Amino acid sequence: MNARGGALMRLRGMVRKESLQILRDPSSIAIAFVMPVVLLLLFGYGVSLDAQHIPLAMVIERPDANSASFAAAFQQSEYFSPRRFDSIQDAEQALRERQVDGIVWLRGDFSRRLLAAGDAPVGVILNGVDANQARIASGYIQGAWQSWLQAYASSHGQELTLPAAVEQRVWFNPALRSRNFLVPGLVAVIMTLIGALLTALVVAREWERGTMEALMVTPIRIGELLLGKLLPYFVLGMGGMLLSVAMARWQFGVPLAGSFWLLLATSTLFMLVALGMGLLISTVARNQFVAGQIAILVTFLPAFILSGFIFDIGSMPAPIQFITHVVPARYFVAILQTLFLAGDVWPVVLGNAAALLLMMLIFFAVLGRKARKRLE
Amino acid sequence: MLQHILALALKELLALLRDKRSRFVLIGPPIAQLLVFGFAATFDLQNASIAIYDQDQGAAARELIARFEGSRNFEVVARIDHDAQVAPLIDDRQALLVLRIDPRFSQEILSGGSGSVQVILDGRNSNTAMLALNYTRGIVTDFNDTWAARHGRSGPPAHLEIRPWYNANLESRWFVVPGIVGLLTLVVTLIVTALSVAREREAGTFDQLLVTPLRPVEILIGKSIPGLLIGLLQGSLIVAIAVHGFGIPLRGSVGALYLGMALFLLSAVGVGLMISSLAVTQQQGLLGAFLFMVPAIILSGFATPIANMPEAVQWLTYINPLRYFLIVLRGVFLQGDSYALLMDQYWPMALIGLVSLILAGWLFRHRMY
Amino acid sequence: MVNAGSPAALACHGLGKTFSSGSRVIQALDGIDLTVTPGRITGLIGPDGAGKTTLMRLAAGLLRADAGELRVLDLDVSREPLAVQSVIGYMPQRFGLYEDLSVQENLDLYADLQGVLAVERRGRYAELLHMVGLARFTARLAGRLSGGMKQKLGLACTLVRPPRLLLLDEPTVGVDPVSRRELWAIVQRLVREEGVSVLLSTAYLDEAERCDEVILLHQGRLLGQGTPASFSEPLTGRCYLVNAPTIPKRRLQMRLTALPAVADAIIQGESVRVVARAVGPLDLSSLDAGPAGVEIRPVVPNFEDAFIIRLQGEHDATTEESPPLPMAATMANDDAAVIRVDRVQRRFGEFYAVKDVSFEVRRGEIFGLLGANGAGKSTTFRMLCGLLPASGGQLEVAGHDLRHAAAQARGRIGYMAQRFSLYGNLTVAQNLRFFASAYGLTGQRRRERIRWALDGFDLERYADMASGDLPLGYKQRLAMAAALMHEPDILFLDEPTSGVDPLARREFWHRINLLAEQGVTVLVTTHFMDEANYCDRLVIMADGEVLAQGTPAETKARFRDAERSDPTMEDAFIALIEQRAQTAGEPA
Repeated sequence: MNARGGALMRLRGMVRKESLQILRDPSSIAIAFVMPVVLLLLFGYGVSLDAQHIPLAMVIERPDANSASFAAAFQQSEYFSPRRFDSIQDAEQALRERQVDGIVWLRGDFSRRLLAAGDAPVGVILNGVDANQARIASGYIQGAWQSWLQAYASSHGQELTLPAAVEQRVWFNPALRSRNFLVPGLVAVIMTLIGALLTALVVAREWERGTMEALMVTPIRIGELLLGKLLPYFVLGMGGMLLSVAMARWQFGVPLAGSFWLLLATSTLFMLVALGMGLLISTVARNQFVAGQIAILVTFLPAFILSGFIFDIGSMPAPIQFITHVVPARYFVAILQTLFLAGDVWPVVLGNAAALLLMMLIFFAVLGRKARKRLE
Repeated sequence: MLQHILALALKELLALLRDKRSRFVLIGPPIAQLLVFGFAATFDLQNASIAIYDQDQGAAARELIARFEGSRNFEVVARIDHDAQVAPLIDDRQALLVLRIDPRFSQEILSGGSGSVQVILDGRNSNTAMLALNYTRGIVTDFNDTWAARHGRSGPPAHLEIRPWYNANLESRWFVVPGIVGLLTLVVTLIVTALSVAREREAGTFDQLLVTPLRPVEILIGKSIPGLLIGLLQGSLIVAIAVHGFGIPLRGSVGALYLGMALFLLSAVGVGLMISSLAVTQQQGLLGAFLFMVPAIILSGFATPIANMPEAVQWLTYINPLRYFLIVLRGVFLQGDSYALLMDQYWPMALIGLVSLILAGWLFRHRMY
Repeated sequence: MVNAGSPAALACHGLGKTFSSGSRVIQALDGIDLTVTPGRITGLIGPDGAGKTTLMRLAAGLLRADAGELRVLDLDVSREPLAVQSVIGYMPQRFGLYEDLSVQENLDLYADLQGVLAVERRGRYAELLHMVGLARFTARLAGRLSGGMKQKLGLACTLVRPPRLLLLDEPTVGVDPVSRRELWAIVQRLVREEGVSVLLSTAYLDEAERCDEVILLHQGRLLGQGTPASFSEPLTGRCYLVNAPTIPKRRLQMRLTALPAVADAIIQGESVRVVARAVGPLDLSSLDAGPAGVEIRPVVPNFEDAFIIRLQGEHDATTEESPPLPMAATMANDDAAVIRVDRVQRRFGEFYAVKDVSFEVRRGEIFGLLGANGAGKSTTFRMLCGLLPASGGQLEVAGHDLRHAAAQARGRIGYMAQRFSLYGNLTVAQNLRFFASAYGLTGQRRRERIRWALDGFDLERYADMASGDLPLGYKQRLAMAAALMHEPDILFLDEPTSGVDPLARREFWHRINLLAEQGVTVLVTTHFMDEANYCDRLVIMADGEVLAQGTPAETKARFRDAERSDPTMEDAFIALIEQRAQTAGEPA
């Protein structure tokens, strides 16, 4: 028998064994298919940065036509659900008790100053605890206020002329739906989960159950062993990827602006990086507990937090921004968000893909040096 | 009874602290998470990349641009001079937004009219885009007010006076860091308790324990104490780091904070022991803890508000103890809340704790093999 | 015999290997020189920690030696591990069968990995499956096989490509006597018919006698190499079987052990086997055996005698007398049944782990539960201790069902689990303190009992060591000390001697004998058939059923025939299993 025939036969044996084990082990299936669905549902429905129906206290000390039209601007907005309070004290109490997130306060002299001096103050108090939401709410309040100003001016036969008028155009995600950027990013997290966590766990399991010793003593070469592990989990990971993309597209209605084939090609690259990490962890950790800990700490959490999936990398402090450069998910998240929302933007795709390719080469080079057919 | 429980609790603590691996689990991940969340998990926008496309070149335009250059929220990365340059800048993520000033901006504004400013935003990250838009509006509004005052133009007949309470500068770190106290105490307590029975099952010591005259209730209490103690210690440590390291104000009563922490730990220990009673191996215990933890954190209001979730999901959050504890934490830290205001958060945690402990006790008795 | 032209199956020179764990450095092998003759079965014998597994792994190319040279079939292992791996077969101690793959799938995997051509497979599979008796089970998942069947499947996987050298690391541990016998038959046939060289390590000393040659390792050093007979021959004239009609055999053994002229005394069948310190007549007049006197029969020394004497020479510490254990509770030896098991069943789904088991244990008895792994011993045991509810039938320990009894009732029993089951990362003293408290001991009594445990079991010098790091024999002592902390009336011991070397086993049984003398009731499970002779009465279990019940003598007597005038417990066990297979094979 020639050498290549032997290698192919050994590889076939490994691949068949791994595939059978995946099919028979409920926990592999759980991590590969149930976890992605759960995560997608949680993030698709549970996580939203889009504030709607912000509970707002309206305090109108002296109701009249002007204050009524002002209040109407808030009532008509889908961003607010205003409640009337008679006194500012009551409203402040409600704010303290977290019943409302903000107060809009028209003092008793609102109409008088509006007509006389034209400098009527509108008091706005926001609960600043959740700074991000407070900022978003303040933006919405300003929007409602400006539309009221327009309406007020035109009802008085004037035109409101501000020195500078802002006209906004949001590209790629005009409605600014947070789901549209969260769901594509999640694909990277899910593939990390399958590629790194699952792979590290199954190799550790072989050590724990003593099957590794029996494998090692056969004439199989270390490269064949690694490849035999890699192929089935590659297929599994790509399966998880396709499932996530399908759910993103049809369950959550995220548009896929770029080409599917480019998505597939870059996903392949990232999958190899994730598998490389998983196999590398398994050369260090020989029981499932430790492998799981390491995989979560060095692959899963960074993919979650340091990849730009939720939190904007540009706003992190410089040292942390520096660290994000070694997080592979960072590059893939950038590709995903671009491919889904913007389209085939070659400079973004190529630059990040090159980084992924480099990381893949490094991981496999280290793996080639570290992995040995020995027990020590 | 007391002697039994003390002996058990002492043994649990010793077993936990003498083991290198569990010491690592208690120290490594919490520190990593504190650093990562404390520094990286921010929704604040800093140095957002902006490209200026000034078609006007007039004085008014320069004044407006100067305001963008002076803002710490923005960093001007490019100045461009024709339309074709806009798309590549946004597409390639070189600039988050392009500020285009109309050719007739200065002319309009000087003649008492309204000058047009166009903002083109990359909406791929909707939250960042929204924040950038808000900052842009703020800068333009300031510019308008100053301009109007200086040139004797009549401004809008009314103006907003926005005052954020509790967090005047709207720093998201003030929001995130107190939340970490809840997050990490949950993680540590859950890991300590969820693995405690499974570890003994794997090592075979659980049988040894069950054949002694110890009662299941005593074993249960003995196993809760280390989780409570370690959670309390770790919680206090993170509170201290939050106040002294991150400079978060602690405005309310420390007693109210610790009452909340104690009740929260009770419920976390209950859930942990429930997982533990069900798990046969540490692997399962870990998976169980993970499966509880991820949704518990995501659906707690830690990063994104519960109010933004769909109604059905909001209902689900009522059984999540972290939801209540986060309100207590932020209430005490930033709002200066006292006991009375937090009553509505205390009793659900106490209830969850009680129910889960009773369930754990029941499961314990019925899954002894 | 030895083919002058053929190279040694394995040859090493100055072989050394160290491991470091933390700050400790362990010398697993130290300057080993040996040669394994091809075409023979060579046994690798030694107590735990002797370096048997390390030597096997070095030979298989799984470890790299620190010093010396190792050649397998004339190939340098450190230079050409892959070449070595393609001519040897190696079955590790826990052969890694994939339990979620079927028998056939496991075979296919190893055929692929070993490069067996498709055309050769059909014939080889049929041959192997026939040989290991698994032909009917090819579709069954490996996880669903019994312990013996798993081991045989492991062997089949190892043999799927005929190796020239077969390395077997403790292939018979925990395997029932029938499967053990079959495994040996397979190995012997391989050597005879296929000319395979076999290197086999074992903890069963009777198996050493079946080897052509034996290598004796101890603490990483080579103590000797030769035929089994060459080891035992020097003891000729020092071995006897002793009987004293008036003295029960356990008490006789204890008294003999105490005699200065006796180097070793163990119970063998209904007699006590004695190895004297010197050749010459054995003077037992000090035994006070009464008018019936003592019957002394010289016997041919066996390998076990030689092994024990050899190891005693290695470390004198083991010959020192362990002090008798002062136990406060001494009760009259009456006939009251303290443990009652009546038609007990335990189902796991469709599978009956225990069906219709009934027996009674009387006060002060040593009662044995014998059987292979998976026979239902441990399940019965766990039900008795209240750790597992029975699906049917009744259990009573000291008048209580421990599953429902008040906590105090559990205070009367002591329990020692199969595996070491104390807190491994707590120190010896912390473990003892915890169990003293758990059993409700306080104040003066608690201090006294902890002192008793530290002194009585010679644990004082290890008091501050993490109990997980103790040498195996000391772990066993600690577990026993913890179980006896509260001076229980009834002691449950689950496979207390599995994995323990013969020296520690002797010491252990010595302690059990003392306890029984003081009126403690002992229930013990074991798969070592020769240990059954220490029991007053026993039941033999297989597949969850009781096959036989009675005293050891009665049980063995049932199988006395022309062929076997003095059957051993193992003979009796195998005969029982065969009987059962026959009845089951008859049409229903």
